[in-house]
Amino acid sequence: MKIVVLVKHVPDAQFDRHLTGPGNTVDRDESILSELDEYALEAALQLSEARGGAKAGNEVIALSMGPAGAVNAVKKSLQIGASSGAHLSDDALAGSDAAATSLALAAAIRHLGADSPVDLVVTGMASTDGETSLVPAQLAERLGLPQVTFASSLEVNGEHVVARRDGDAHADTVEATLPALVSVTDQINEPRYPNFKGILAAKKKKITALTLADIGVDAAQVGAAGSLTAVETAEARPPRTAGTIITDEGDAGIKLVEFLAAQKLL
Amino acid sequence: MAKALVFIDNPGAALKKSSLELLTIARSLGEAVVALNGELHDDVVAALGAQGASALYRPSATDLDDFLIAPKAAYLAAAVEASGAGTVLLENTADGKEIAARLGVKLNAGVITDVVGVDADGTAHKSVLAGSYTTTAKARTSIAVLTVKPNSVDVVAPAAASTPETVTIDVPADATANAARVTGRTEKAASGRPELTEARIVVAGGRGVDGDFGPLEELADALGGALGASRAATDAGWIGHDYQVGQTGKTVSPQLYISAGISGAIQQKAGMQTSKVIVAINKDAESPIFEIADFGIVGDLFKVVPQATDEIKKRKG
Repeated sequence: MKIVVLVKHVPDAQFDRHLTGPGNTVDRDESILSELDEYALEAALQLSEARGGAKAGNEVIALSMGPAGAVNAVKKSLQIGASSGAHLSDDALAGSDAAATSLALAAAIRHLGADSPVDLVVTGMASTDGETSLVPAQLAERLGLPQVTFASSLEVNGEHVVARRDGDAHADTVEATLPALVSVTDQINEPRYPNFKGILAAKKKKITALTLADIGVDAAQVGAAGSLTAVETAEARPPRTAGTIITDEGDAGIKLVEFLAAQKLL
Repeated sequence: MAKALVFIDNPGAALKKSSLELLTIARSLGEAVVALNGELHDDVVAALGAQGASALYRPSATDLDDFLIAPKAAYLAAAVEASGAGTVLLENTADGKEIAARLGVKLNAGVITDVVGVDADGTAHKSVLAGSYTTTAKARTSIAVLTVKPNSVDVVAPAAASTPETVTIDVPADATANAARVTGRTEKAASGRPELTEARIVVAGGRGVDGDFGPLEELADALGGALGASRAATDAGWIGHDYQVGQTGKTVSPQLYISAGISGAIQQKAGMQTSKVIVAINKDAESPIFEIADFGIVGDLFKVVPQATDEIKKRKG
């Protein structure tokens, strides 16, 4: 089975994050592998291992698009267990919105499937920076693949994909045939950590560097120029400041209601 | 006059408040038209008329719900083309965003999610990076696709009602080809409380509730609010994942958010820090939640919460 997992290098959400530059894009200096992509990688590794892993010819390719630093998301994925990596990087990609990103990633996935076809594309449920959840659905549309998104469970039997998708009003069982695109939620598994053996093994794994020319995409189709949306203004929200803090002396419940009444919230 | 098309998926017996909000925004942009999927009740037709919708598009197919996302996007693309709409408005749900995503590719239209306001010129307002920035964004294309969060506008009805003209849209023959099929559906039990993302008041519990959401449920009910939870509480299995507020759960922005027994780690704050008023109750005075609380109580939630519930009931008589 040949699986491509999309991994994104995102600013660490534990720290303050900033928008910068004329396009109001995210400052990526202190970045890590997006936490939500670890679930996608784990789901792919479990599918590969259930079929005998790399020895049995299964492949898990970690693909990242982004500036030079994004290769670290690929490296981390290799340490966790991906069999090889691909890093799509090109100055012209800077400022890509979801439409431009999905266009470039679709071309990169087609490129990776040129020698032998890709059976499954696995992504996280959202990036932890943009948080739009648009890219998986757009990739399915562009690649003409069945879309199995927000999976909280996933099984692949032969050519048959079965997943559970939890909605607000109902939970659905969703089925499709390979090749397919799957996005997974943080409910699907417990991602593993890289171990010492994995970290050593990663050094021998191959990372393919891809440019727009390699995947046959014109610079005008991507980046700020090829994006279909533009962020025109960005303003930091003033930080919330602490209000009144009291220690319960037996009447804090009453004081709470008095506060709510004063705020006209009852 | 510019047209704005609102997608309403399976309205059931009556239009939801979020649909009325989308119609209000549509009219602020021009002529409001509606593309609907699912059964159509007379009350819904009347409500669409009262909201001034001039046209009502319905799909030729009745099996769109048997597939995931893709055929609905194909239907909607055909409806947008038939109507000539310049703006498409959808709910900011998982399904709404994904239908918008595919529609954007089909129509080569810019898609903006998590919108909380739309100006007359189509500029969309949203907050990003877990509420730490507010931005304005605009589609650079002739058609804009926007998914709008609930409670973004006050519902206003136009002075004059309309009688929407019903038009059947032929769903493309290949719309279900290569689409994932929904083969099983379990309806979730209704809680009787408001929907978490739409509620005016949210009462949420975390690790500190130690498996017992009873006192928080009573407070939520006394206030007419929704119940929420931190990831620690849902991961512990004390309450369903549907209740999770935070980066990987729901993002809420109510008038009042009461946080009980939640430390306020970044993952939780990401889902609630744009709430208008935040109240925090926690035993640990060092909890980061107190840094963003308008009113904080250092104390035992099992004492404070029931006392507050009793006091509210007394006042409401």
